Amino acid sequence: MKARTGTTAITSGVSRGWIELRQAFSGSELVNQVLWPLLTLVAIFFYRNREFRHTGFKLGALVLPSVLGMFIALGMILVIQYLTVEREDGTLLRARSTPHGIRAYFIGKLFMTSGCVVAYLAILLVPGAFMVKGLKLDSFGHWATLVWVLLLGLVATQSIGAAVGALVASPRAAGAITLPVMAVISISGIFYPITALPDWIQTTAQIFPVYWLGLGMRSALLPGDMAAVELHHSWRHLETFGVLGAWALVGLLLAPLVLRRMARRESGARVAAYREKALQRVG
Amino acid sequence: MSPSGETVIEVEGLRMRYGANDVLRGVTFRAHQGEVLAMLGPNGAGKTTTIEILEGFRMRSAGHVSVLGQDPAHGDENWRSRIGIVLQSWRDHGKWRVRELLAHLGTYYAGHSTERVTRPWDAAELIALVGLGEHADKQIRMLSGGQRRRLDVAIGMVGRPELLFLDEPTAGFDPEARHEFHDLILGLAAAGDTTIMLTTHDLAEADKLADRIVILNHGRIVADGTAAELAEQIVGEDEVRWTLDGQRYVRSVKDSTGFVRGLFEEHGTAVSGLAVRPSSLEDTYLALVHRAESGEGGPPPEDEDEAEDGGTGENGDGAGDQAKESVR
Repeated sequence: MKARTGTTAITSGVSRGWIELRQAFSGSELVNQVLWPLLTLVAIFFYRNREFRHTGFKLGALVLPSVLGMFIALGMILVIQYLTVEREDGTLLRARSTPHGIRAYFIGKLFMTSGCVVAYLAILLVPGAFMVKGLKLDSFGHWATLVWVLLLGLVATQSIGAAVGALVASPRAAGAITLPVMAVISISGIFYPITALPDWIQTTAQIFPVYWLGLGMRSALLPGDMAAVELHHSWRHLETFGVLGAWALVGLLLAPLVLRRMARRESGARVAAYREKALQRVG
Repeated sequence: MSPSGETVIEVEGLRMRYGANDVLRGVTFRAHQGEVLAMLGPNGAGKTTTIEILEGFRMRSAGHVSVLGQDPAHGDENWRSRIGIVLQSWRDHGKWRVRELLAHLGTYYAGHSTERVTRPWDAAELIALVGLGEHADKQIRMLSGGQRRRLDVAIGMVGRPELLFLDEPTAGFDPEARHEFHDLILGLAAAGDTTIMLTTHDLAEADKLADRIVILNHGRIVADGTAAELAEQIVGEDEVRWTLDGQRYVRSVKDSTGFVRGLFEEHGTAVSGLAVRPSSLEDTYLALVHRAESGEGGPPPEDEDEAEDGGTGENGDGAGDQAKESVR
């Protein structure tokens, strides 16, 4: 019995994630999901052939993998938004009133968010591979790099997102979190190589996962000689693993603590109070 | 339906204090297997706080609480699987379909079947039971308010709970929806041996649904019994009207039968137009609440009026929450 109930959180959580993933990509929701990756593709299309600083490397080839890295990092924002919204609308309280519900809820959420991120990557990469010249897609080693950077990136950004989401008071406050994240993205060498930026900005950017996700994706999808345009002229896999791993570790240690604290505080009276507040705002 | 079954809820000396406010000041009552127990009380009496402690959603300040043999503060997943909670839905799971959500939530209970109870309740059967048959494949956000509340009940029941909690289940209902909801709860109560505990500030609702009523006022249980017992036990003043020599009389008496006998012995056939109105539950309730408020039932209430009434209107028990906010 113990073993069986222990797996309930995982099986129910995963099936929950599947159902919500399907919902996220059906009907009118589909437009919201596909809009940003498609707009990004359009942008890349228009400057795909521009050259970076007479290096002979095309910006399109540099930016497409970097953008994949950015979309992995955006999983963090998704998690924050889901957590704050679903705490307010009572989803989390329902989870709390169900056996294994809270654990299944989080497993489902991480599964669903990861699924969304992977879908974004596919939407970007499949047409992008035909659009942008110079990607290296025929080597097993490169795909293996893509997979480990992706997995580590999903764990790092979403566990941090879950911890932040638990601490943020409301969906309105969650909206404000988006700004600093965008600021970090803008200095992380996603849309233009980081070597073009001043030193102190380069140093700051290297604290956060976004730069490393972009670098990891470039190392996975570009030929080896393109490492020449990176900092230290290297893909720096060890450092990538180190920084992403450190964020993942912090997230995995912190998230369960703050999530448990958050879940413990939910009650019918609290959800009624959220509703009251939200309805006042609407009315 | 027999209140002689084993004890399902046992509460003794339950206290809850938020900062300097005592919301519950020694609540004691029991619920027995198969019983429908209503906790009745005015807004701000502490009903929501009590039920949330029993549900394991809040920590108590002091006192003994046992629900299905466990302390809800430390209830494990197996304990949780034996309890159903009817939450008032708002916007949660709006994109899910009715059948999909019930079937999904059922999977959480599958590992908790026992020899006596097979969990979960089959989704299709449950949907039919709460009368959502034709809406089974609708998205939940497309349901009307009344349909959503039926779904809330179905979600509460999906694990075939031994104990079901409903907190102010009909708050904000129109009379027809309220009537339908009552029928649904009565049907559930008759269908199995699920113990049901509900809170309400509506006396008629408590009278209609409950086998037994406990009245909570200012954080204390001020009465406990069946509707008939309450009416008898507390006030018991029946109203007797009669006409004697063309003159009409009205008198409130405790022993109306004895009084009327005396009346006839004294005046014989001169008495006419006799009517005896037994004390109603409403009289009892109002008398009790009034008595408690005027200070007979407990300590002077002036300090908690502000704390307990400063709430959220409809649900009343926002008081505890407010106080909690200020503590944090």
